Amino acid sequence: MRRRIAVTIAGFGALAIAVCILAPLVGTTNISLARVFDRSIAFADNVDAQVFFVARLPRVLAAVLVGGAFAVAGVVFQAFLRNPLASPDTLGVSSGATLGAVIVITFHLDVAVRGVSALPVASFAGSAGALGVVYLMSLARRRGTSSTVLLLGGVALSAFLGALNRLVQVLGDYTDVFRSMRWMMGSLDVGSYTDIIVPLVPMVAALAAIATLPRVLDLVSLGEPAAESRGVDVKKAERVALVSASLLTGSAVSIGGPVPFVGIIVPHIVRLIVGADHRVVLPAALLFGGSFLVLCDLVARTAFGPAGMPVGAVTALIGGPFFLWLLFRKFR
Amino acid sequence: MAIAAARADARLTPRRSEDTAARRIVSIIPATTEMLFAMGAGDRVVAVGSYDRFPPQVEKLPRVGALLDPNVERIIALKPDLVVLYGTQADLRMQLERARIPFYPYLHHGLPDVTETIRSLGARVGVAAQANALADRIEQQLASTRTRVAREARPKTLLVFGREAGTLRGIAASGGVGFLHDMLEAAGATDALADVKQQSVMMSTELVLARAPEVIIELRYGRVDAAARDDLKVWNALASVPAVKNRQLFVLQGDEFVVPGPRVADATARLASTLHPQAFR
Repeated sequence: MRRRIAVTIAGFGALAIAVCILAPLVGTTNISLARVFDRSIAFADNVDAQVFFVARLPRVLAAVLVGGAFAVAGVVFQAFLRNPLASPDTLGVSSGATLGAVIVITFHLDVAVRGVSALPVASFAGSAGALGVVYLMSLARRRGTSSTVLLLGGVALSAFLGALNRLVQVLGDYTDVFRSMRWMMGSLDVGSYTDIIVPLVPMVAALAAIATLPRVLDLVSLGEPAAESRGVDVKKAERVALVSASLLTGSAVSIGGPVPFVGIIVPHIVRLIVGADHRVVLPAALLFGGSFLVLCDLVARTAFGPAGMPVGAVTALIGGPFFLWLLFRKFR
Repeated sequence: MAIAAARADARLTPRRSEDTAARRIVSIIPATTEMLFAMGAGDRVVAVGSYDRFPPQVEKLPRVGALLDPNVERIIALKPDLVVLYGTQADLRMQLERARIPFYPYLHHGLPDVTETIRSLGARVGVAAQANALADRIEQQLASTRTRVAREARPKTLLVFGREAGTLRGIAASGGVGFLHDMLEAAGATDALADVKQQSVMMSTELVLARAPEVIIELRYGRVDAAARDDLKVWNALASVPAVKNRQLFVLQGDEFVVPGPRVADATARLASTLHPQAFR
């Protein structure tokens, strides 16, 4: 088993590293790698170095983080809610993040303090608000509600936040509505490293918490009584899992917006490739989700002319057929 | 769309003489509202759209929704004899047809459409002479701006009309079609995105670096943004861009830049004097 984990991590790790090295080399502008690293040219005058270090590298890093985070969050939600259709937004976390962002856009609150702009902060705050409600719901679970009730509660919260979001949008003018729509389509063109480094803190904390869960996730997927009979404190594990996965989702949304599809389908793709053992599925989802979003963003920024395409429009375009192909191959 | 507009125009053809002069006009588009006031028909406007801000008189008028959310009930209740609406508002047009309320469908693409609309709207409302004079005046002013900058070098310019404050995210710029593009070219610039045939282009930082504009002009509208000039410093991250290197970054504030109405000539002149201050000394 150890060997399988090692082989899987090595394989998906190699893919992630290859993608992260190759993706910044490709783009709509031709750059020379020799010039990028030519120290004799001042950075301010080196267009190639700026394209590489300012435009492409932060974008690739953002994609790898956002993709990995959504995929891992998806794995956790699907296992704990025992529902293949669960996604990072099932409990309303990214609806909360969207509401935060739309409020900032509509009421023109987007100011920047020390290079940290209000939009990602507000979207993170919105997801934290939704997370609070999720946490309260999981407390209620201790008093004997089922995961189906939690799931329904999440759907209701999502719908409620979505309605608030539309209500706020109506108050803005058409340019605000346009900006909100663009934000909701997702964008990884962060243009600076600050936008990535700040959310990295909660992301790492959440991933560390989730790293303690693979065995619990395996048992819980089989059903709660089975897990409890093996001595798992399901309620406690569930709180850790839901809070961490929600934190992961909120951080990812604050970087790239609510990029659709990755969080719901990548976990299934990964399980089709490596099986259901969460010791393998979790690292594989992290690495494959990251690689997948880097590739999707590469297509988004190169295949549709100089202006590009929102990455959210590409994820399902590429991931959908790929998932169907895997599915048919498996069950032929 | 052209066919639909033509059909709608045919419906608008006046059958009786009293149809020609509109007395109670509802205009839900900022550009046409400004046109009606500028051509001297402001006293016939009984309601305006949610986003209309100019001239100041509109603040006293009732508001009846806009492009996405026209309030048909309120429009009909005002008993207008002409509704000026977007040509794309098919639902509203159908409802007005049923209520037998005449309408004027407005479509705009480029700068020439502004004066064309002023002339045809003026004729429809019954103030043709004033409307033609207004259109002539705008065309003369545009021509005089063009002449003034004719001999100047035409810097490659990026016209930005949206960006997240404090970052280089969500940069929306004017592409190679539309009235902003036309205004920029009339003001003596070469549009850095002239070949991208879209009205608005979502710019990646890579595209800004690749296009290397010599001038970047940011437009701000809606409420006055005092921090806008200070916020220009975020462009410093793209130090190799000539506009950044040579400090050719400007902010222009005013709704006239986003409303293709009678103030387009003033807006174009402001763009021109920003690009070529020496020609306006």
